[in-house]
Amino acid sequence: MNPQPLVTLQNVGKTFGQVTVIKDVTVSVYAGHVQVLLGENGAGKSTLIKMMAGVYQPDSGDIVVDGAVVTLPTTRAAEDLGIATIHQELNLVPTMSVAENVMLGRMPTRHGMVDRRALRNRARAALALIGLDVDVDTPVGELGIAKQQLVEIAKALSINARILILDEPTAALTRHETQALFAVMADLRRRGVAMLFISHHLDEIAEVGDTVTVLRDGEFVAEVPASTPEAELVRLMVGRNIEDQFPRRAPVLAEPAEILAVENLSASGSFSDVSFTVHAGEVLGIAGLVGAGRTELIRAIAGVDHYDSGAVVVRGHRLPKGNIPAAIAAGIGHVPEDRKGQGLVLGASVNDNLGYATLASTARLGLADFTGQRRRAQAVAEKLRIRMHTIDQPVGALSGGNQQKAVFGRWIIAASTVLLLDEPTRGVDVGAKVEIYELMNAITDAGGAIVMVSSELPEVLGMSDRILVMRDGRIAGELSAADATQDAVMTLAAREAGSTEIDAIVDDIESDEPINEPINEPINEPINEPITTTTDGDLAAVTRDNAPTHEKE
Amino acid sequence: MSTTTLAPARRRVDYKKFLANNGALVGLVVLCLALFIATPDFLTGQNLLNIGIQVSTVAVLAFGMTFVIVAGGIDLSVGAVAALAAMVSSWLFVAAGLPGWLTLIGGLVTGLLAGMVNGLANAYGKLPSFIATLAMLSVARGLTLVISDGRPIKTAAEVSFLGGNLGPVPMPIVVLLLSAVVASFVLNRTVIGRSMYAVGGNAEAARLSGLPVKRILVTVFALAGLFAALAGLLLAGRLDSAQPQAAAGYELDAIAAVVIGGASLSGGLGKISGTFVGALVLVVIRNGLNLLNVTSFWQQVVIGLVIALAVGVDVLRRKTRNS
Repeated sequence: MNPQPLVTLQNVGKTFGQVTVIKDVTVSVYAGHVQVLLGENGAGKSTLIKMMAGVYQPDSGDIVVDGAVVTLPTTRAAEDLGIATIHQELNLVPTMSVAENVMLGRMPTRHGMVDRRALRNRARAALALIGLDVDVDTPVGELGIAKQQLVEIAKALSINARILILDEPTAALTRHETQALFAVMADLRRRGVAMLFISHHLDEIAEVGDTVTVLRDGEFVAEVPASTPEAELVRLMVGRNIEDQFPRRAPVLAEPAEILAVENLSASGSFSDVSFTVHAGEVLGIAGLVGAGRTELIRAIAGVDHYDSGAVVVRGHRLPKGNIPAAIAAGIGHVPEDRKGQGLVLGASVNDNLGYATLASTARLGLADFTGQRRRAQAVAEKLRIRMHTIDQPVGALSGGNQQKAVFGRWIIAASTVLLLDEPTRGVDVGAKVEIYELMNAITDAGGAIVMVSSELPEVLGMSDRILVMRDGRIAGELSAADATQDAVMTLAAREAGSTEIDAIVDDIESDEPINEPINEPINEPINEPITTTTDGDLAAVTRDNAPTHEKE
Repeated sequence: MSTTTLAPARRRVDYKKFLANNGALVGLVVLCLALFIATPDFLTGQNLLNIGIQVSTVAVLAFGMTFVIVAGGIDLSVGAVAALAAMVSSWLFVAAGLPGWLTLIGGLVTGLLAGMVNGLANAYGKLPSFIATLAMLSVARGLTLVISDGRPIKTAAEVSFLGGNLGPVPMPIVVLLLSAVVASFVLNRTVIGRSMYAVGGNAEAARLSGLPVKRILVTVFALAGLFAALAGLLLAGRLDSAQPQAAAGYELDAIAAVVIGGASLSGGLGKISGTFVGALVLVVIRNGLNLLNVTSFWQQVVIGLVIALAVGVDVLRRKTRNS
């Protein structure tokens, strides 16, 4: 490791009002080195990078660049020292061309007019730095998110950034796009760029990082090599052992009734001829690459989108197409992919958000049932351990995991018996993930059924009782929990697509440790009595009888 | 355990919170005090009744507008719809010879229908509400001129009664208070009212939760049309005639009242009480400037600055609260 770091945050601290968000943290980035910042949501990662980027000023401690103490009053000051941030929300103007975006704020001019030729040439040179091959006249909005990210990196490099802060760059990327990004990062590392990398995906750390700084509750916990085992990283991050990352317990039901049947469902351009059934007490996982039609399928079942042919049958009743209220009345609850955009009204209270699905059904003469709603919301919030100040707090102020619990809570109040989960733990930190998995257990314990779409293979393998793999809108295969391995799933998911990409993906997977432990085996605590009444299966029972057990706090 | 409340700091926080959440009300009180000191004519019974009458039209229009803005839309047609409703009512009376009470209902139904058309164009026709209601503004104003041939038409006695007195109290004030109660009830207590907040806050999340977003939007605009019609009838009642150019530009006052009252044009936020205060702020300023002999030209300048100030303060407040 190079002796002198490019940037060091030296014993920095930051307080907002009476809340200390960062306390005495030291972190350094070195040329040609990827420093990973790891911590749960709220651990202080974003505050820390904002200090390095000139957004916030530390209340105590120093920022040292090239051995000299500096102040960074503005992001501009940080950029002048070669520190650039690639934010999760990209700072690009979607309607402007790639060239204009790369050169934004430094348009080359001739006689006071934009010099188009110089603009294109300089932009091309910038893109060449990372080997990105796109037409510089394309509006940025027409590029995929991965390419937009690379455009932003090119832009940063073209203003001579030596230090790149990458704030969860892989959160919105597919596996393949992530690989492409990592290739660029590896190249930058060879060329001596220092990088500070944030990710929620533990498996990416060993792949791309050199050393890891772990934060917890705003404090420095440890600095460890990136090769540290995941379990150890999790322990450092949450401050306790997480016994089982995927605590699936399938209930033992005498004769599990078929709850949901999807028959030859097709929607042109999205999926075709999809059939499957789900039984009471079962978690059906749906795996596949992004674009395989999984989300579209889930949305069609939930009544969000129309489909061309086929049928969705819940307990023998065929649901009308594209009719969300009918699906809800039949017991379907949909936890959509995009929590903030589709799941919650962020500005509205936790109470309101928990009650939307039952607003009309609990009303009398068109009048909303205020007291009843409050009572139900309070009960569910307590059972699901939604951490909040009051139930009237805007739901947008909660952490990702607690927001997701609020979406679940809505369907628990609605007594839904078929939950359709689309990426249920995206943007949720490790501790809250386990709570959500326990909630899934409780739902199936109560006789409910779950269909889960997830791009996180370990999650699909760890939490499903049965796995469907989709490819190009069709079901490519079905695997039992016992047979499923990452390899088996990926082979089904990716067969016939471009061969080199697949090799890369499969290579990558082969290096991973096998994850599937026996899943169906009950874990020490007693399984709840088998629930045989599935026709009127009441998920609210979850909140009364089978509250998930948590060790937290 | 899971719900931690900050008990010790509670009192002070609530007091601060009240001020922060009721900036418009504080402004109104300050304004009234200043006018009380500046001119002896302000705090007289007659002037207060005047203010009440003047505020009634703006506030009733603005109540309807509050529904639309809470649901994330905008309604530029309320002034024109108000004029059209009053004109249809008078036409039914004079040309069609209908009984007075029926012409009153006819006016209200006209507003309701015009609003429904707005809602249908917005929800099902996918026109942005700005465009749909801009079109309606032109159509409704045009129809008003067509029906009236550009001339005022006298109103039925039942409509004129709305502009008269109930004992010592002017009817517009009675109507104003009643519509405030009704509007507040609808927004706070009913399913449709609560749904408006959800639709305005995040229409997609509302839809995925099973709320009938399109029907809600149609209802919202229909309600705005209904309130606009009522405002139009109030105005006509005061003049004993429906004027072809009545309520021109009132949609901007209504929007200003809602926004001064703390609603957000991006939706999901707003209260009837806030709108009421917002309308009062506008009317009291105009009234006070009149009493102080400020010309109507300067009044427009002042009103503009007040709107900018009110919303600016609000934006600043939210920003500081969020960080």
